Amino acid sequence: MPSTARCTTLPPPAIRLAGVSHAFGTVEAVRDVSLEFAAGSFTALVGPSGCGKTTILRLIGELETLGKGSLERERDTTLGFAFQEPRLLPWRNVRDNIALPLELAGAPRAERHARALEALDRMQLADAALRFPHQLSGGMKMRAAIARALVSRPRVLLLDEPFGALDEVTRHELDLALRMLWEAERFTAILVTHSIPEAAFLAERIVVFSPRPAQLVAEITTPLGTRDARTWTRDDLGACVREASDALLAAIAGSRA
Amino acid sequence: MTTRVRHTVADHPATRLVVPILAAASAIGLWAGIKAAFHISDYLLPSPFAVLRAFNEQPRVYLAATAESAFCASLGFLIAAAGGIALASALSIFRIVERGIYPLTLLFQMVPLIAIAPLLVIWFGYGRPSIVACATIVSIFPVIANTLAGLRGRDAGLEELFAILGAGRRTTWWKLALPSSVPSMLTGLRIAAGLATIGTIAGEFIGSDRQPLGVLITSNLRASQTAAVFASVLLAACVGFALFGAVSVLGRVILARWLRGV
Repeated sequence: MPSTARCTTLPPPAIRLAGVSHAFGTVEAVRDVSLEFAAGSFTALVGPSGCGKTTILRLIGELETLGKGSLERERDTTLGFAFQEPRLLPWRNVRDNIALPLELAGAPRAERHARALEALDRMQLADAALRFPHQLSGGMKMRAAIARALVSRPRVLLLDEPFGALDEVTRHELDLALRMLWEAERFTAILVTHSIPEAAFLAERIVVFSPRPAQLVAEITTPLGTRDARTWTRDDLGACVREASDALLAAIAGSRA
Repeated sequence: MTTRVRHTVADHPATRLVVPILAAASAIGLWAGIKAAFHISDYLLPSPFAVLRAFNEQPRVYLAATAESAFCASLGFLIAAAGGIALASALSIFRIVERGIYPLTLLFQMVPLIAIAPLLVIWFGYGRPSIVACATIVSIFPVIANTLAGLRGRDAGLEELFAILGAGRRTTWWKLALPSSVPSMLTGLRIAAGLATIGTIAGEFIGSDRQPLGVLITSNLRASQTAAVFASVLLAACVGFALFGAVSVLGRVILARWLRGV
């Protein structure tokens, strides 16, 4: 009984963008985007490179000041960021890199170490705790960056194409690690990527944007986002990838016309 | 087809020691050879053996002079290092001050040392104080310039990371800017090590109440003892090498923690 009650009252969106536009000087980057992100959902933002999808992510994270429109976020939502580059401090070992957010928040040393090791464990990187960034492979560096983003247990994780520079195999490994982590912890995840297969594999919903200025052209629910997530097949995934690709290609063709 | 990594002779670790020694030995051989072949007089170019003989006649005098010069060069270098790093830090923290002061620090670089060395004697006193001041003045600018470049040239992505994590200006300086600046700071210190020795010898030319290498050089020049001048000059070069080497080793120890192959 309580479970049906939970279904009828949808959780309020963790983040809501309404009529958001943004420009850098005279270059229009984002035009009139309205989007909601439910608490605990996984959304992928997809679009041609340079279209302004990263700008949308940065607006959500308040790394850019909002030009026009509104951004609603639950008060004291904690954010975690992972960028295209790992952004590790070369003079610190992995554990102390992961602990940086806690250190800057003033947590005592023993707690920092314990929580950093726990975060490393969640990314299967515990063995590398005392190694330095230059001793890590690209995939391990990215694991460390995600562990750092998660160390303060954020409610929202913003991912700006974190696996874009990795080779195919490593990328799949990290996609899988991220997906398992999200399924276990259910933070709100927003991922910018230009890989549609990656988006379809990781996210519950794919949002497709047009070439610059970024305008929303399609919202596609992936097999993962449907109720019967357990029963979906490879074909469902393929259909979703095709649908998103078609939307993207149509948007590109439309902008050229 | 298999590809092979080509190992050249230069990759062998022993070449780090053997090659410089061979190079030095052939330079000395060339020196002796040129002197013999062109019949150059001892007054213009003493033979390597004459230089060694000059040293052997009064080894204590030379070693004491070397110690004295090394002391002044080290002290001048340390003052330049500490002062230069402190000044660069202040300049990087207070941007307004930087606009005013940085051009003034260029003076250290631009003023000809030989021209102001006599002034230094008036200001700081004859002997060690003015010599150390000389060493400091010539060597401080590369420390300031390189440290400042290192403090400013931090990675934009890391800076954004610190901003996101709510780090204040002071925290960002201590935990990001300062560690980022270490490699370029060490470059500045290596340059300063050589310059401090040059400044010391130049300061000693003006005169000293002791008998450092600079004084040995000037007095032996006046006495036309070219071999003794050569011995002193070579020892002065050794002081520079030793100081440079000490800073380089220190740098390797620090940098080994996070950088390869520096």
